[in-house]
Amino acid sequence: MGTTMNPKIEVIGVNKLFDVRGSTITALQDANLQIAGNEFVTLVGASGCGKSTLLRTIGGLETATSGEIKVDGVAIQGPGAERAMVFQHYSLYPWLTVRENIRFSRLLKSKRENLSSVDVEVASGRADCMIELMGLGAVEHAYPNQLSGGMQQRVAIARALMNQPDILLMDEPFGALDAQTREVMHDLILHVHALEKPTIVFVTHDVEEAIYLGDRVVLMAPRPGRIDTIYQVPLPAQREQDMKLAPEFVRMKREILQRIRETSGMQTDYEMLKRLTRSTGR
Amino acid sequence: MKSNPKIYPLIQRYLTIRGQLASREYFIIAVLGLLAPLAAWLFLSKSGLVDPVFLPSPEAVLTRVWTWLIDDGLLGDIGVSVNRVIGGFLLSAVLALPLASLIGTYRPLQALFEPLTDFIRYMPAVAFIPLVMLWVGIDEGAKVSIIFIGTFFQMVLMMAEDIRRVPMAQIEAAQTMGADRGEIMKLVILKSALPSLFDTLRITMGWAWTYLVVAELVAANSGLGYAILKAQRFLQTDKIFAGIILIGVIGLLMDQAFRWVHRKSFPWLYLK
Repeated sequence: MGTTMNPKIEVIGVNKLFDVRGSTITALQDANLQIAGNEFVTLVGASGCGKSTLLRTIGGLETATSGEIKVDGVAIQGPGAERAMVFQHYSLYPWLTVRENIRFSRLLKSKRENLSSVDVEVASGRADCMIELMGLGAVEHAYPNQLSGGMQQRVAIARALMNQPDILLMDEPFGALDAQTREVMHDLILHVHALEKPTIVFVTHDVEEAIYLGDRVVLMAPRPGRIDTIYQVPLPAQREQDMKLAPEFVRMKREILQRIRETSGMQTDYEMLKRLTRSTGR
Repeated sequence: MKSNPKIYPLIQRYLTIRGQLASREYFIIAVLGLLAPLAAWLFLSKSGLVDPVFLPSPEAVLTRVWTWLIDDGLLGDIGVSVNRVIGGFLLSAVLALPLASLIGTYRPLQALFEPLTDFIRYMPAVAFIPLVMLWVGIDEGAKVSIIFIGTFFQMVLMMAEDIRRVPMAQIEAAQTMGADRGEIMKLVILKSALPSLFDTLRITMGWAWTYLVVAELVAANSGLGYAILKAQRFLQTDKIFAGIILIGVIGLLMDQAFRWVHRKSFPWLYLK
């Protein structure tokens, strides 16, 4: 994955300051990152490292205090349909069925304008296609609260993909799922990435998830939130669950976990270290 | 504790914190709860311990409801009262919803309106009656105004809270799908808040009835509240009882109607 030629996303000198009860917190300090088209980049780091803030800034949901985000060379102004986002939870519309949720963007003016009847048919086909891709056929007329957490996230991903966005931003989308469901979702999202070819930026606190999914892993560090190290993942593009046991996978996992401990200033505290290992590794 | 070995587990089960209860058991206990006061009332009025002027018997009250219905224009009284409640309540709701939508969505508007609303909310609506009579007069407008004053400010605050509780992720998901401000309000915020807004209406409807009776006790010559007041002048305690119970029954029916519509309109909330 080249990062020099015509990057899809450019993060240029982004700073983000938050005012929390009078004191200023630096959520992001001078973040610089280039992401190529169709690349799968994962952002990982201890809590407070600004990984979610960076993702939300790319999505246009947060405004950078200084610096800018460019998509295809053009600075973004707020959120846009070409940058779809998948949240950890509570983003589905409980009053709509699975199918209606997936088709939600079709209710929007920006999608209705200049739409011919052919387009409408294509859209309907697209919804069928997404339902098929995500394995939602059996539940397309159910309501979200009738589904398990894993199925709900499938709906959220299908809905985000409905518009064929260039960029898919994912904010700890599998963070609330159990380990087995998460493995299934990992292979599903890799399949989606290969098939639909979006550029994916994926936030997680799970180092193994970050390596397994990412072409590159961006390690971020807290206080102030910043990009620390960028790792190129030395695995073939076609990932398989067994690779998690490969020596280069394990080596990279150890290296990243070690770096997280160093940057989060926790390496001296045995109890905290144990807790961190439990929450980021397996 | 020395006790019947069959009773003891039952008590233990009933005293479980947030314990389970079969719907049949629930129903039986609920009926007991409703019948006990009725039985006490029956006993007190039959025993001769209390003068019927102070406590009429249940049959006397029932008979009064009947004669009121046949000879005394009960339906007219109910009609007048229901109209006032619905008038004041609808006026409140129609004005409160847009204001609450703005307060719950835009922080500066919250800052502008919420402290003010909170302040007025604490003023007793009943104390406005003299002022309302001065400003609006003593006709229908006065009753509607009192109901409005009693419900509007509460409604605004509760509805604004309903709007604020719409999950941010639902709004942000729409933003990243290309929705504009109006679409987010119409297709996400109002849709998402609708069931709780409807519940707010149900709760404030009860308050509207309270203020109706207050308004009719003070400034009316028709309606259920007025009938109660008039009955007091003639020492018709049975009619006072009848009036109070009728208001309770009408309120209960309206509440159940709201719940029924809620179940029919928002089926996804009742699925599992």
